[in-house]
Amino acid sequence: MKLLNQTNASAGVSTAKTISKRAMALKILALIATVVTLALIGGMMIFILIKGVPFINQSLFEVQYNSENQSLFSSVVDTVLMTVIALSIAGILGIGAAIYLAEYTHSQSKLVVSIRYAFETLAGIPSIIYGLFGMLLFVVYFKMGYSLLAGSLTLAIMCLPLVMRTTEEALLAVPTSYREGSLALGAGRLRTIFQIVLPAANPGIVSGLLLGVGRIMGETAALIFTAGTVAALPASLFSSVRTLSVHMYVLASEGLYIDKAYATAVVLLALVAVINVASWLMSARLERKNYGSA
Amino acid sequence: MEAPRPESGDRIKFSEVNAYYGDFHALKEINLKIYHRQITALIGPSGCGKSTLLKSLNRMNDLIHGFRLTGRVTLDGEDIYRDFDVNSLRKRVGMVFQKPNPFPMSIRDNIVFGPKTHGVTNSKQLDEIVERALIQSALFDEVKDKLNKSAMALSGGQQQRLCIARALAIEPEVILMDEPTSALDPIATEKIEDTITELKDLYTIIIVTHNMQQARRISDRTAFFLLGELVEVRETHELFEDPQDKRTRAYIKGKFG
Ligand SMILES: Nc1ncnc2c1ncn2[C@@H]1O[C@H](COP(=O)(O)OP(=O)(O)OP(=O)(O)O)[C@@H](O)[C@H]1O
Ligand SMILES: [Mg+2]
Repeated sequence: MKLLNQTNASAGVSTAKTISKRAMALKILALIATVVTLALIGGMMIFILIKGVPFINQSLFEVQYNSENQSLFSSVVDTVLMTVIALSIAGILGIGAAIYLAEYTHSQSKLVVSIRYAFETLAGIPSIIYGLFGMLLFVVYFKMGYSLLAGSLTLAIMCLPLVMRTTEEALLAVPTSYREGSLALGAGRLRTIFQIVLPAANPGIVSGLLLGVGRIMGETAALIFTAGTVAALPASLFSSVRTLSVHMYVLASEGLYIDKAYATAVVLLALVAVINVASWLMSARLERKNYGSA
Repeated sequence: MEAPRPESGDRIKFSEVNAYYGDFHALKEINLKIYHRQITALIGPSGCGKSTLLKSLNRMNDLIHGFRLTGRVTLDGEDIYRDFDVNSLRKRVGMVFQKPNPFPMSIRDNIVFGPKTHGVTNSKQLDEIVERALIQSALFDEVKDKLNKSAMALSGGQQQRLCIARALAIEPEVILMDEPTSALDPIATEKIEDTITELKDLYTIIIVTHNMQQARRISDRTAFFLLGELVEVRETHELFEDPQDKRTRAYIKGKFG
């Protein structure tokens, strides 16, 4: 009897020991993973900067692109236009649909749940499929040709599921007690949504839109099918354009201007960084105003 | 037939009210009058229908899928479910919730949200409303220098008094409170109780509480509910000192949950 107790007790100690050993091992593994991740990402950044920065010069920013200067100026403008148009469309539709689903439907109903799954799936579809669809619908059927408009409509559709889902999540995460508080004061549904729920969901919505910005700026395949590759400032919505990512793709695939492709990568990184920092500053400011600086 | 005298007599009347959540019968044949310038306490074990009854006064139940109510609930003789636009009803019947739920915005913005909703735009007028509401809810001295700071940085008790201020800012006639102190410590509770007692001269107040001492301390009349039925309603001191129904007696002696 005594013996049995003893073995039990020692077994208890040894499992406790192995558990703490395992915890230690896991902690070290996690640390290694962190270091490797940082090294990879940091290394890549440094690599791109080293390769690209020396080739950033004035000729890259000449207004007119020609085969001498391979200017990326028009591509910066094209990228900004593409992002603004596509994101406005995806934002208005996606946020609107998310408001409807989150605020006006029964969030557990079969229909809403299946819509949610469908959009989840759509958000993960390879962009080339959107590109093909955009080409058939906008370029060919609606006769838009390779154009800024066809490209941005295609990218808007591509971002829509992402924007819709992240916005819906952000809305569903707003405590019901805020809505109740507002309704109990005699505010209607609309006022409650626009003055209470949306501001509270704002950080989540903005981070969804930023993911959208990332997808748009990084897109090549879908754009080659729909917006073409003309490196010029667009004369109208129906002009073919070339975003920075497409520009990089073209330069790299021609094989002659790898240096300029790296320089373009640096500019693209800088553009993304500027957008992220700006929105981060804006939402930090809003956060401080709403939740106090504690 | 009594003449309608909103200044003193019964303002709120439940006549043969039944309420259902789907098939579940949550309130059974309720007949109850609630008087002006009094605090009425609703007590009873968990799940007996206190919140359901309270929410039927500002129709917060409307939001719940499958909720149904029969019979008549009237405010100054007008049927709450038939004669009112829900938003104008809620302007007259304010509510304070169990958990403080200030909006994530400044203290001032929390208070002016209601008045702005109901059409007050003049900023001087809004300032006056903010000051009056904060004085009434006994919060003014603590926050007067930080009206533009976020409400989320206040303590739980202060947040609840802000929610009371927010409800007062739309100048309601009736104030519903669903266990307003159950999430608060004793000191904050005492402050809120003092606030509520102060307000009684101006408003009709209905408070749900699990704390019988609280009901005794602050209310004029008390209604005891059990399983969706109104068992007994009387002057508070009578109900606690000399309950007529043996179920009431058992409850106040602590025999149910
Ligand atoms: N949304 C709902 N759907 C279905 N049943 C509900 C709903 N809300 C309340 N009920 C049921 O109705 C009954 C009364 O609920 P109510 O919230 O009014 O009780 P209560 O007296 O306020 O209880 P508590 O003291 O716990 O707050 C309970 O049995 C509850 O389960
Ligand atoms: Mg309740």
